[in-house]
Amino acid sequence: MTTLIIAEHDDHSLNEATAKTLTAAKALGAPVDILVAGLHCRAVAEQAAQLDGVAKVLLADDEELAHRRAEPVAALIVSLADGYDAIVAPATASGKNVLPRVAALLDVMQVSEITKVISPTVFERPIYAGNAIETVESHDPKRVITVRIAAFPATGTGGNAPIETVGVPTDTGLSSWISADLSTSDRPELAGARIVVSGGRALGSAEKFNEVIAPLADQLKAAIGASRAAVDAGYAGNDLQVGQTGKVIAPDLYVAVGISGAIQHLAGMKDSKIIVAINKDPDAPIFQVADYGLVDDLFSAVPAFIAALKG
Amino acid sequence: MKILVPVKRVVDANVKIRVKPDGTGIDFANVKMAMNPFDEISVEEALRIKEAGLATEVVVVSIGPDKAAETLRTGLAMGADRGILVKTDARIEPLAVAKLLKAVIAAEEPGLVILGKQAIDDDSNQTGQMLAALLGWPQATFASKIVLTDGGATVSREIDGGSETIALKLPAIVTTDLRLNEPRYASLPNIMKAKKKPLDETTPEALGVDVTPRLTVLGTVEPAGRTGGIKVASAAELVAKLKEAGAI
Ligand SMILES: Cc1cc2nc3c(=O)[nH]c(=O)nc-3n(C[C@H](O)[C@H](O)[C@H](O)COP(=O)(O)OP(=O)(O)OC[C@H]3O[C@@H](n4cnc5c(N)ncnc54)[C@H](O)[C@@H]3O)c2cc1C
Ligand SMILES: Nc1ncnc2c1ncn2[C@@H]1O[C@H](COP(=O)(O)O)[C@@H](O)[C@H]1O
Repeated sequence: MTTLIIAEHDDHSLNEATAKTLTAAKALGAPVDILVAGLHCRAVAEQAAQLDGVAKVLLADDEELAHRRAEPVAALIVSLADGYDAIVAPATASGKNVLPRVAALLDVMQVSEITKVISPTVFERPIYAGNAIETVESHDPKRVITVRIAAFPATGTGGNAPIETVGVPTDTGLSSWISADLSTSDRPELAGARIVVSGGRALGSAEKFNEVIAPLADQLKAAIGASRAAVDAGYAGNDLQVGQTGKVIAPDLYVAVGISGAIQHLAGMKDSKIIVAINKDPDAPIFQVADYGLVDDLFSAVPAFIAALKG
Repeated sequence: MKILVPVKRVVDANVKIRVKPDGTGIDFANVKMAMNPFDEISVEEALRIKEAGLATEVVVVSIGPDKAAETLRTGLAMGADRGILVKTDARIEPLAVAKLLKAVIAAEEPGLVILGKQAIDDDSNQTGQMLAALLGWPQATFASKIVLTDGGATVSREIDGGSETIALKLPAIVTTDLRLNEPRYASLPNIMKAKKKPLDETTPEALGVDVTPRLTVLGTVEPAGRTGGIKVASAAELVAKLKEAGAI
């Protein structure tokens, strides 16, 4: 049978999370279709059709799907489920919101945040903030899976899949969308960035966070991340939190500035290729995972780092 | 209106767990247990809603072994009115938890159910969404703000790129994120009082729910560790090393 991927997008462009999910989905060994659900999102379907090795793209374009509320999107996916034996979404905020609802409606136990496909029914997934890796086998008639996108490379383009329009079930009207408050930034997106500079509680204020972290991120063309302490204190937006309960990322280079390295933070970045830590405490746990540690006051070390990069 | 808050007993967030060398699971011997941190946030939010005069009763419910009663007592000490223990020693997956909660809800008829967004042991992040599906109720996951309105709730939720606000008709399911509130500590007098609060017990069998797991755990291992690297003496040396490694 076939695998269905739920595309991650904003009605304009296809998010790279989809191409990464495709890599995981292909490992299931069956043909893969991609569902693009949204409003005025044909452009996204066209981008999805170009991904390599996609059988077909299903386009559900409807007012009710405008902000991808969980209830109508889940109902849509369930209406298509008969034709599929695996339904796969990236473990993004949107995927995590919708897919368990689909799983329960199909009476299936979801396999959350897989990091490896061992066979079409056996997967690896981290538990306990990544301090243990569990291998699980699903015995359900269908598999419902979310994919940890940091664990899979993106599939490239080169395909030309047909796009098919699908109907949308009537919404029950139990929820409605009111507003969104989205950060706009010219920087790379945290989830897919090659280099990430993260700041912690040590920055002390939103002003200092911006004054110290932003120029380093600019110099490295990096995305900005933050520890929970920095987010809670309002130094950085909630969507920049790296960790067990924030974003899990694996960039080529991760620079932790004034971050102690709590278990929950390490859970979000310890698979980065190279880790740099700048912390004035030589015993900070972050140094146990850092390839290069600089024991120094960040307020002098970061400007010196920038100067050396320019130099 | 009654608010139901499911609370899970998990390994304390400050404990670094160990995997048993034979790969059969986590070593729980002498490990400190606590209420799932997100569930503390849920209890706090329910209490605040009650204190604002918008709810009449806060009921905490936990599914687990005898000892899960301790977790319920923690909730009662924070200020919840009543506890329900669904007693089982079996491994209960989120889908089964959702089915058990559905059965409890059929009897309790709450207007709002507040769960944590994720249990920090299995990191599943599913139960609330599944419960909403089984009940046919609307859901607001990852809540950072809850405002009750007439017959509804307006919830701000943390999403990729920022936050969004949605409106739900009640009854509804909300799952809590870290920024929703700062949970209170139970005072000693309240801990004493909690010992006398009602705590009912039931079982999956009595609720008529089949909790047979759908996933088999074939093995559990520790992830490949990272070995610490080197300390550099200066920013200049750091840049030199990064260039050498081809990172920049
Ligand atoms: C349920 C739960 C979920 C959580 N989820 C997450 C998560 O997803 N992500 C996350 O990050 N955390 C998470 N946490 C929180 C985590 O446990 C830590 O509290 C948090 O990561 C600490 O942030 P921090 O390192 O910025 O602050 P601190 O631990 O306070 O560390 C600050 C560091 O800065 C150093 N420092 C201070 N001044 C300077 C200076 N001038 N120059 C250089 N260094 C300096 C200090 O030596 C210290 O090491 C979670 C916790 C719980 C209970
Ligand atoms: N055994 C349980 N008993 C009570 N509540 C639970 C249990 N398991 C999960 N929950 C609730 O579901 C939330 C999410 O858990 P999970 O889907 O396992 O990540 C938790 O924060 C709890 O509110």
